[in-house]
Amino acid sequence: MNVPETLKYTKSHEWLKEEADGSYTMGLTDYAQKQLGDIVFVNLPMEGDPATAGEALADVESVKAVADVFSPVTGTVAAVNEDLMDEPQQINQAPYEAWIAKISDVTDTEELLTAAEYADFCEKAKG
Amino acid sequence: MEKKTPLYQTHLDEGGKMVPFAGYLLPVQYPTGVIAEHMAVRTACGLFDVSHMGEIVFRGEGALATLNHLLTNDFTNMTIGRVRYSVMCLPDGGTVDDLVVCKFGEDCYLVVVNAANREKDYAHMAANLLPDTEIEDISDQVAQLALQGPNAKEILAHLIDPELLPQKYYTAVREVIVAGIPCMISRTGYTGEFGYELYTAADDGPKLWKLLRQVGAEHGLIPCGLGARDTLRLEAAMPLYGHEMNETVTPLEAGLNFAVKLQKPEFIGRDALLAAGEPKRVRVGLKATGRGILREEQTVYLGDTVIGTTTSGTFAPYLKQAIAMALVDADHTAPGTAVEVDVRGRRVPAEIVPLPFYKRG
Repeated sequence: MNVPETLKYTKSHEWLKEEADGSYTMGLTDYAQKQLGDIVFVNLPMEGDPATAGEALADVESVKAVADVFSPVTGTVAAVNEDLMDEPQQINQAPYEAWIAKISDVTDTEELLTAAEYADFCEKAKG
Repeated sequence: MEKKTPLYQTHLDEGGKMVPFAGYLLPVQYPTGVIAEHMAVRTACGLFDVSHMGEIVFRGEGALATLNHLLTNDFTNMTIGRVRYSVMCLPDGGTVDDLVVCKFGEDCYLVVVNAANREKDYAHMAANLLPDTEIEDISDQVAQLALQGPNAKEILAHLIDPELLPQKYYTAVREVIVAGIPCMISRTGYTGEFGYELYTAADDGPKLWKLLRQVGAEHGLIPCGLGARDTLRLEAAMPLYGHEMNETVTPLEAGLNFAVKLQKPEFIGRDALLAAGEPKRVRVGLKATGRGILREEQTVYLGDTVIGTTTSGTFAPYLKQAIAMALVDADHTAPGTAVEVDVRGRRVPAEIVPLPFYKRG
């Protein structure tokens, strides 16, 4: 399982990267994409939508299942990765490059985990 | 507590992701993933463990009469070595199960039923036997492997003289030896693809699996799980019990007319099916024309009017298209009809299309 040191994580398996301008970029972790299997559809939010920490922001569908993607922060959707509409499998192939949304004007965040804490959390989830 | 098939350890060794299904622990997928497994079956070959399926043997001079009484299809002129699909109905026409019948002798038939319905089916059969008929549930003694895909014959040819294999679709050979392992082999499947199903003693299942994997590697054979089994059968528009039909859906509503012989003098459910006449709702195919994946149990709209409900839906890996089957009002079944499906609160445009979605070329 790939858990880059430089990112922060949520218990609902999103990764979060703080950008130089104070905005955040987020996506789904390697653990999440492995659990979901082949992703075939991503339902993205719209630019300008409000994002609320801990609430559904997008959903992704694998061949068999649908899963909500939760926003790790409260703010405004500044950009979405429209490439995922045509190539949702990018999340399987490169989960930390296939970002889902950028969120600006951030006023609140979820409980965030460090890479080590998240890796430990996933180990325990596996049982 | 879920049961394990004879192949349980084999699936763990293969990296299968195990899930509970119909009372068994079975692999939903292997490390290759559902799409690769689906595509292997369409373009090369896939190997499935379907040992969860139920097998019930009918024996005796009354076996034929009993099958004709219990089941909607007609077995009267069936020759030995033939396989026939049928439905089993309740007196009110609702569906108990769908199944296949293999004829092994004038007084001997093997009936293969859905795992989830095995006990219910046996009870229904036992309660409706005609004289001189015995039934026996042999499910736990049997391992069943499905070898599905255009390369299936070349793969088996490494292990058995291909002339000994069943030559026609829906035929079976009862006793053949595959590399030392006694098997029953039928040319059947649940994928819409060329292929075979191999039945053997439970203890021989893992050995047969390993042999097929070894000789199959050069023909692109990979193991396939329940996920691909579902997407394959859906693409081929094959009904799944509990989805396209159940005890409140008749086989005529499910579009299984080819397996319902109303001209037969008698079978359980016949009077009710005749009395009901032309079905008021029927099974249709849907293809999403807007963005989204259709799933089961979603409402189908024509304008603002509810015309039905989806029964199964998925992203079809070979067609690269979101598809679904639905039960809709018989008045609105014309291919090309533009409808909408409620996908978790969002209306996704879709179109009624002819079934099957995929037909082998």
